[in-house]
Amino acid sequence: MTLTYYLVLAAILFTIGAVGVLVRRNAIVVFMCVELMLNAVNLTLITFARSTGTVDGQIIALFVMVVAAAEVVIGLAIIMSIYRTRRSASVDDANLLKY
Amino acid sequence: MNGVVIGTGEAVAFWVLGPIALAGALGMVFSRNAVHSALWLITTMVSLGVFYVIQSAPFLGAAQIIVYTGAIMILFLFVLMLVGRDSSDSVVETLRGQRVAAAVLGVGFAGLVGAGIARATEGLVGTGLGADGGNDNITAIAELLYTRYLLAFELTGGLLIVAAVGALIYTHVERDPGSRRTQKELSRARFLTDRPQTLPGPGVYARATSVAAPALLPDGGTTPDSFATGIEPQEVDQMPRPTGRGQLGSPDAALGTLDPAPLEGTDGGHRP
Repeated sequence: MTLTYYLVLAAILFTIGAVGVLVRRNAIVVFMCVELMLNAVNLTLITFARSTGTVDGQIIALFVMVVAAAEVVIGLAIIMSIYRTRRSASVDDANLLKY
Repeated sequence: MNGVVIGTGEAVAFWVLGPIALAGALGMVFSRNAVHSALWLITTMVSLGVFYVIQSAPFLGAAQIIVYTGAIMILFLFVLMLVGRDSSDSVVETLRGQRVAAAVLGVGFAGLVGAGIARATEGLVGTGLGADGGNDNITAIAELLYTRYLLAFELTGGLLIVAAVGALIYTHVERDPGSRRTQKELSRARFLTDRPQTLPGPGVYARATSVAAPALLPDGGTTPDSFATGIEPQEVDQMPRPTGRGQLGSPDAALGTLDPAPLEGTDGGHRP
């Protein structure tokens, strides 16, 4: 077993997250899939930090976590306000700007 | 440095937690209920946190479990409960063939990226973090964070403040003073509806403590008004229902708590 296994696992997790973003209609679940993609990238960063023997990768992963937290806060607030006006959390119903 | 040595313990942990993480990710994508999706995602995130600890990043492993599963996922669940748990996905495919296309894309993407990474990093022998990945991990991170990445760290603080204020602004609802309805107006409005009284509570009396147990009507049926929103009403085993005077025995007989084989000659009051 080598470090490659971790990288392949991260790639598969990233793909599952991407497919989830494409397939799911509920905006909150779409957000969760984005979180999964960010987590997979974090796993890659930490594996490479271990491989190169520097802590820089871990610091980038830390920044990814912080940005993810900020993104979740804003995203969920937007979903809340969309839900207030449209009474739905589905991404199909937020189509006012379409026409 | 003598390179990364992956021991048996790490291999075992990988082969146990890796499938769990994968199953969590797949369960999140495929479960129809959004709350189940969140719980599956928590499974994946905890496994990834353990991976971080194994991969000589103990600080990030703790941060993963505290920040992601402890704060972010709770925020997700909080919003799910606010928005309405029953706002689950529709099964209708709005774009024709989208799911098949997404599945093909997923398999192709995973194959390409996975195979590419596997080929590129084949036989990768890393240097390993040494003490920086062990007890000195926090010190090593702090040294870098407050020197080389200081500007980014400061900007992160600004980002968090902007995010917090933005969330407040997005979710704030401005009400004109005096526009709030009084208790009297609310009461009048309620008496104009078909149902001025409260809904019947769930049947949590005799044999169930779950809010999913529906309330019973005198004829033994369940009343749909008592169903909790978003929970499937459960079938609760009911008390034995005597149909006539002759069947009304002692309380023991009604509850079914008699001895299975009472001794002959005794009337049940004396137990061996």
